[in-house]
Order: sequence, then structure tokens, then C-alpha cells
Amino acid sequence: MTTAAPLLPPADWRDFLALTKPRVMTLVVFTGLCGMLAAPASIHPVIGFTAILCIALGAGAAGALNQWYEADLDAAMRRTQKRPLPDGRMDRQSALHFGVGLAAFSVILMGLAVNLVAAAILTVSILFYVLVYTVWLKRRTPQNIVIGGAAGAFPPMIGWAAATGDMAVLPVLMFLLVFLWTPPHFWALALFVKTDYANAGVPMLPVVAGERVTRHQIGLYTIPMAIAAVAPWPLGLTGPVYGGVSVATTAIFALLALRVATRRQGEGDAMKPEKRLFRYSILYLFVIFGALVADRWIFA
Amino acid sequence: MTPDDQDLIRRRQASRARVMALLLGALVLLIFAISIAKIQLGMHG
Repeated sequence: MTTAAPLLPPADWRDFLALTKPRVMTLVVFTGLCGMLAAPASIHPVIGFTAILCIALGAGAAGALNQWYEADLDAAMRRTQKRPLPDGRMDRQSALHFGVGLAAFSVILMGLAVNLVAAAILTVSILFYVLVYTVWLKRRTPQNIVIGGAAGAFPPMIGWAAATGDMAVLPVLMFLLVFLWTPPHFWALALFVKTDYANAGVPMLPVVAGERVTRHQIGLYTIPMAIAAVAPWPLGLTGPVYGGVSVATTAIFALLALRVATRRQGEGDAMKPEKRLFRYSILYLFVIFGALVADRWIFA
Repeated sequence: MTPDDQDLIRRRQASRARVMALLLGALVLLIFAISIAKIQLGMHG
């Protein structure tokens, strides 16, 4: 005999908003906007606004589908157990319909109002986040965040494609920067919420390989990330404003990462260096992308 | 279903309907603005 799921009242609209992970969306929108503003082509403000809206809606759709698929994991983690699905404020079918509908709407609007290249990259980014990261990798490998990080790295390329209808070396380097920034950023977080991931059975690197390996990996991934961050300057794609800011901010990132990488296990100081690296990594991305736009506008 | 439950459902339906109306209104305005922008871009090559 099967037991029927309890009948829930219709979910509040705020719960649908929460499904879209608005805080994650901020960074996605910002990097997408910077990709668009750094492109060597002007875009009509209305079309530009539409492109950014589509990036935000696409990210929101991916977030909703992620929460639909991971409701059981979210229920097992303190950080996520108050989300609408694990908290019982919404039924799974509503979340699925909302996610699929929003994804389709964002891609169709991007294709019709902006251009097909941007719509194609947006489609790839949504599918990558949902199918490759959420469904395939997250529960299977500690490298989940490395490969899955690509999903969050697409927005600068989408923004650039929205303005130019084309692709170039600079947006690919911006993609690489976010892609290589993701492992140190998330592993710093995973070091101080390790118990949460362990309880949920998510094979995050600190859970599977231990703290020491994770610390080394943070240090190792910072090296190619730093190269991707600074590379646009010596390659002549940006001017000295970006060059100066990228060198200075990346040096600070590297120092914080080095501190985390060389620490020993169980030093018992509430993981302060790891929390500092995590907080700085968010600021870092905002500053470096802001500098890119400022540089392109100054030296355009 | 208790009167409280019915009241909660009615309130949720009303607030969702209001938000949906606002979103649809915004979408109409956006499509209009996109159409004007496309016409302008077409006129200026």
C-alpha cells in the first residue's frame, strides 16, 4: 500500500522567489552585465536589459530545478533545510513546472529579443547546471564543484554574445577565471561546513579526501586562476587599470589561499582563514569584473 | 478542511494572482519596449 503525499496549500509567491536562489543570482547577473559592458559593441539599452533579465531568469530556473532535484539533500543540511521544498511549504511538482517554464521562457525570450548565440549559450549553461552538475556529478564525485563550476562561468560569455552576437578570447578568459575561481571559493566554504555535507552524503572533497588534500587543492587551483585573471593584460586585451587591479587583488587572493593551503588540520580557531578566503573570494570577483568594465570604458 | 485552512488558501491565491498580474503587465511593457527598440535598430541599420 502506498501513502499519499499530504495535500499542501498553494505555495506563497515568496517561496517561488526563494527557489530561484536570489543571492546566487546577484553574482551571475553582475558577471553577465560586465561581459556585456566589456564587449566592443554597443547594445540598445532595452535589448541589453532584456539580455540581463534572461540571464537572471535562466539562473533562477536552474536554481529552481536544482532545488527540485535535491530536496532530499537540502532536508539533510542545516544550511538548506528551511528552503521551500524540504520545509514542506511547496510540492515538488510546482517547483518542477516553475523551473522548466522559467527556463523555456528565458531561452525563447533571449532568442527572439537578443540573438541566437546568446540563447544557445544560455541553454547550455542551464542544462549544464541541472544535468551535468546537479543530476550527474554532485552525488558521485568530489570533483563535482570543479566541472560544475563551468555552469556559473557562462554569464560573462552570454553577456558578451548578447552585445556582439559573437565570441572572442576575452570572454573565454572571463569564463576561465570564474571556472577556476569556483573550486577555491567552494572548497573554502566546504572546509567550514564539512559536517553539513557529510550528514547529507555529498562527496565534497573535505568529506571524501580530508582537509589536507582540500587545502592543497585550494592552493593548486589558485595558480591557474591567477594566470587567467591577469592574462588579459599582457595579451593586450585590457589596459593598465585592469592590469593593476587584477595583479593587486589576485595577489591578496593568493596570499589568503596560501594561508589556507599551508595550515594544518585542527588548529582550532573557528576556521577564520577559510572564512576570510571565502568572503574575500566573493568581493574579488566583483572587483575584478568591475575593473574590467572600467578599463574597457576608459581605454575604448 | 478547517475555516482557517480555507482562509489561508484564499489569501495565498489572492496574493499569487496579484503578483501574476503585475508580472504579466511588466511583460506586456517589456515586449512593447523590445518592439520599439527593434524598429529603431531596423531604421538605423
